[in-house]
Amino acid sequence: MKVTLWGTRGSLAAPGPETIRYGGNTSCVEVRGKEDALLVLDAGTGIQRLGATVRGGGGRIDLLLTHLHMDHIQGLGFFEPLYEPDREIHIWGPPSPTLDLRTRLARYLSPPLFPVRLRDLPCRLTLHNVPPERFEVGGLEVEAELVCHPGSTVGYRISEGPRSVAYLPDHEPALGVRELPGEPEWTSGFDLAAGADLLIHDAQYTTEEYQERIGWGHSAIRDAVVFATLAGARRLVPFHHDPTHDDAMLDRIDSAVRASADLAFRLSAGMEGATFEL
Amino acid sequence: MAQKAIELILMRQLASSLAMPIFLVDPSGNLLFYNEPAEELLGSRYDETGEMPMTEWSRLFAPIGEDGSPLPGEALPLSIALHKHRAAHLAFWIRGLDGVSRKIGATAFPLEGQGGRQLGAVGIFWEQP
Repeated sequence: MKVTLWGTRGSLAAPGPETIRYGGNTSCVEVRGKEDALLVLDAGTGIQRLGATVRGGGGRIDLLLTHLHMDHIQGLGFFEPLYEPDREIHIWGPPSPTLDLRTRLARYLSPPLFPVRLRDLPCRLTLHNVPPERFEVGGLEVEAELVCHPGSTVGYRISEGPRSVAYLPDHEPALGVRELPGEPEWTSGFDLAAGADLLIHDAQYTTEEYQERIGWGHSAIRDAVVFATLAGARRLVPFHHDPTHDDAMLDRIDSAVRASADLAFRLSAGMEGATFEL
Repeated sequence: MAQKAIELILMRQLASSLAMPIFLVDPSGNLLFYNEPAEELLGSRYDETGEMPMTEWSRLFAPIGEDGSPLPGEALPLSIALHKHRAAHLAFWIRGLDGVSRKIGATAFPLEGQGGRQLGAVGIFWEQP
């Protein structure tokens, strides 16, 4: 399994010379299986560059959305395979008690917010609510669970044989417990992340910033580290960087984490373009 | 032990923060949690009792109807919420683990997740004068 980060920024795209290394595009991750199955995690602005690499290639693409906040779907209309008539695309998203996924996505993919309507996309498009049970796509096993974030939001665990990547880009596990680390069974996202080879996890804030933003659905880097330790993840990739955090600040945060604790896992900076072979 | 559903995690956290006595059970009626205000009514700290099956907690707290006769488990509001999927309310007596009998009102409602998932039920206790 190969995992590539195409967008690592949270909340708002933040392009510019000061974010050139960590990247300014919002959440998008490519997961390729041994059988060349292509899973795309979220459709933030990073998906535009990913789309250009698979242009005209044919084949099926499965796009797994964690939730429908704008930073996770803004790139959707710019994903070139959606405009390819022979392309089979499946979009999976969290369930809603009232509206189906098509209706919710069409709120964005329709005028006045977007010129092309979802129903007019030429690809062969199928939309699914993620099921509560595990499902398989091209030899990759996918598990989705609701996690602690405002609105209906899931995290994903994707496995191929013994290898697994857990993707929780918007996640505030500290909100559900008195103190992190808490009991695993009472910790949001634990089962998805338990023993994962790669954990891509929300680390939007510093500890000080988090105190002013409790309940917004995101984690301090300190909580991401504690969560990764509790879950026994083998490698942590801090993700969903705050748009106000430039490269210099993210370097300082990274250094502080490495200096503050004897980490039980490998820490890899969440930089746009980074790839991980599992 | 498998992780609890996020709705239960958040419900427990909310209960931990409220001043109303709250009792949380899973779809089988197993006790998952009760908060500090409930500890006062039940006469025991949750950390001491821990999770337990419905048969055990309904026996321990010995619910007695207002007419003085023992209440069958299926008459308890939590049981109605779980099995009939609706809110229920009843006033009755319980004997706390501290040996003190108290008259309480109990309001229970089911917790239903998206896709029709039955997650359990919540009981709120009101101490009666």
